[in-house]
Amino acid sequence: MMTGRHDAHDAEAPAEVPASARQHTDLTALGFPIRARSDFSDATFLLEVDHPVMARAARPGQFVIIMINDHGERIPLTIADFDRDKGTITLVVQAVGASTREMQRVCRPGASLYAMVGPMGVPSHVGGAGKVICVGGGLGVAPIFPQARAFKEAGAHVIGVIGFRTRDLIFWEDKFRSVCDELIICTDDGSAGRKGLVTGGIEEAIDKHGVIDEVVAIGPPVMMRACAELTRPHGIKTTVSLNPIMVDGTGMCGGCRVMVGGHIRFACVDGPDFDAHEVDFDDLMARLRRYRAEEREALEHWAEDCRRLTMQPSLAHDAGRD
Amino acid sequence: MARKTIRTIPQQRAFMAVQDPEVRAGNFEEVAHGFKLDDALVECERCLVCPQPACVAGCPVGIDIPGFIVKMIDKDFRGAYDIITDTNFLPAICGRVCPQEDQCEGVCPVGATLEPVAIGRLERWVGDRAIAEGWRKESHIEPNRFRIGIIGSGPAGMACAADLAKAGCSVTVYEALHEPGGVLRYGIPDFRLPNTVVDAEIGNLIRLGIEIKCNTLIGRLFTVEEMLEEMGYDAVFIGTGAGSPRFMNIPGENLNGVLSANELLTRCNLMKAGRQPDYATPLRIGRRVAVIGAGNTAMDAMRVSKRLEAEEVMCVYRRTEAESPARREEIHHAIEEGIDFRWLTAPVEILGDDDGRVRAMRCVRMELGEADESGRRRPQPVEGSEYEIETDMVVYAIGTTANPILGQTSKIRLDKRGYIETDEETLATSLTGVYAGGDIVTGAATVILAMGAGRKAAMSIKRYLGIRDSEAVYRPPREGLEGTLFGIDEAERNFVRLRLA
Repeated sequence: MMTGRHDAHDAEAPAEVPASARQHTDLTALGFPIRARSDFSDATFLLEVDHPVMARAARPGQFVIIMINDHGERIPLTIADFDRDKGTITLVVQAVGASTREMQRVCRPGASLYAMVGPMGVPSHVGGAGKVICVGGGLGVAPIFPQARAFKEAGAHVIGVIGFRTRDLIFWEDKFRSVCDELIICTDDGSAGRKGLVTGGIEEAIDKHGVIDEVVAIGPPVMMRACAELTRPHGIKTTVSLNPIMVDGTGMCGGCRVMVGGHIRFACVDGPDFDAHEVDFDDLMARLRRYRAEEREALEHWAEDCRRLTMQPSLAHDAGRD
Repeated sequence: MARKTIRTIPQQRAFMAVQDPEVRAGNFEEVAHGFKLDDALVECERCLVCPQPACVAGCPVGIDIPGFIVKMIDKDFRGAYDIITDTNFLPAICGRVCPQEDQCEGVCPVGATLEPVAIGRLERWVGDRAIAEGWRKESHIEPNRFRIGIIGSGPAGMACAADLAKAGCSVTVYEALHEPGGVLRYGIPDFRLPNTVVDAEIGNLIRLGIEIKCNTLIGRLFTVEEMLEEMGYDAVFIGTGAGSPRFMNIPGENLNGVLSANELLTRCNLMKAGRQPDYATPLRIGRRVAVIGAGNTAMDAMRVSKRLEAEEVMCVYRRTEAESPARREEIHHAIEEGIDFRWLTAPVEILGDDDGRVRAMRCVRMELGEADESGRRRPQPVEGSEYEIETDMVVYAIGTTANPILGQTSKIRLDKRGYIETDEETLATSLTGVYAGGDIVTGAATVILAMGAGRKAAMSIKRYLGIRDSEAVYRPPREGLEGTLFGIDEAERNFVRLRLA
């Protein structure tokens, strides 16, 4: 039951469609409303997007593809969390390119995404493994959370290892503590937790426990490769979640092909989870670079557009920012 | 009117303007402008109106071709439209992309001595006229209580949806991409099939009461089984297309600059890539593009590359023009636009530079040996004939394999190759109430074959649900007894769900 104050607040905003009515209408026709947002840093932000059906269907390890508007790119994003009661999908976005920076600028509560399709990909296999290390670095911190939670629910002893550049960028520490039996935070500059990379944290955990049954790592390719190389001599089963360039996400374009065990696999329908010891990371990283020139150009163009908007504030969606 | 004979009809096909090859290779406007009215009428005169028309039998959906041509001769264009749309809801699309030379036009008796009647162009003319005039099919639908879910909004799904909607079912079409149309949208480029035509024809389907839900990936958002058990659908049709691009497993395939034709076409057609900064999706077209394969998709990929300003575009195919699966017209258009065809050439390795980008492709010359099981002569490499082609972009258009998503997420039975197994007669799958058709059953084929399969499945679904099977359709009342049997309209074959207005 809502409090009276909230009801009054709702009544003051008649333009807003009541959330209850919205849930029963065709989401596709209206776009996908953004329910909440929080900014973890000047580059990383979290969105909660309404999609009750997807919130019911989503499993750890899956991803969505979103479009900001009808001229936009199809952007694959790993599902960072889902709330079946609220009917929302949580996405954590790092604003690095033109499209994600545009998201950062326009995606606020009340706005809608033009498209959001999913949950895509094969859900992660969460066995009842005894001791599991869940590793998240950079943009991989958020999507490792549902995996850690799933392992906890399956009865595993969960050791979380999450890495950030510096203390100010840390987020979700409480959430991780609530599902991890042990949590090792690593920062590049040592301003919080261990100083150094997540691999240091993994080594610490392996040394402490001796036997680790599984490692799940999500993060930049360099980090995932380092994790794979670290666990290979120990023979620990290691799973990574790959996020190559995609277009449709339904297995149709083959843009997301990755080499796993010497075979072509499509990350969108065969993955995104793969055995880290089989993945050809050099191939993955080389293929991630293939639109770098275009991406740089798009970013410059975007920045130029933003400058123009600030000079003519009447055109700006949000003149208060920047 | 005296009966027409092969001697009395116009001997030449009527004139149809096409864009000049040099001009069109630089734009995305349609290649063929279509008939002008007078020319269309001349072409109609070439039809002998055979009493037992071979063309109707040759059409996968059985359009009453002489019927609509006679209407056109009478200048009853609306009537012609109504006859076509009795069986085919997408005339402007099919008139453009059907391989008529293998179907209706291929069996036209006029073609035995002269060029066959240009049935496809006439169909397109009617379809375009309908769009321009805003005609739509006046179907008087009496709703029944059945709900049908259709997976995929391509030609198979749309044809199935149209038939079931006309029978009174409430039909929902689910599409994974953000826009409906399937291959018509992401695959076939604008210069062959403008998106405006696709929009117009899909608009007609929506007016029939069909609901289209985009951004819905069946199998992952909900499963086929859930559609039947929890969501209350009485039957489901699967028309997801074949979809997964094939690669060759030769070295260098993952170099940057190597992509599937599906990716190239999806980026260009659906995402409007290459038109940055207006559209955000990037696409880098090479200076010298090599397309592997010589089917219709390869032709589209080459002609798109040309239009996106590749300096040179090559077709690399291990057999010869005679064996190539593309439509003659497409090959002809491609040659006109300056595509360089390298027949009897097979790639063996793609070579990269220090940056991991394609710089060349090593190929081997082929010669034709004995015929294989497909009846085509099997190509064999000529020993010691390897050579390098300089190229900075390689596009794979060598076919597709089955999309795995529905197989991964439902208990539906697949065949050895991963396609959905169906009963040939009814298109029923191993799941009760679930039917499938189009490329996901047959492997890559054509738009019209997929539409034919969609209609066949619709018929089976009607039978399964106990809706009295009927092909009868509403037609405006006609004068006199012509075309009737003892005064009963032949079209009225017990179509109980229809009510005349």
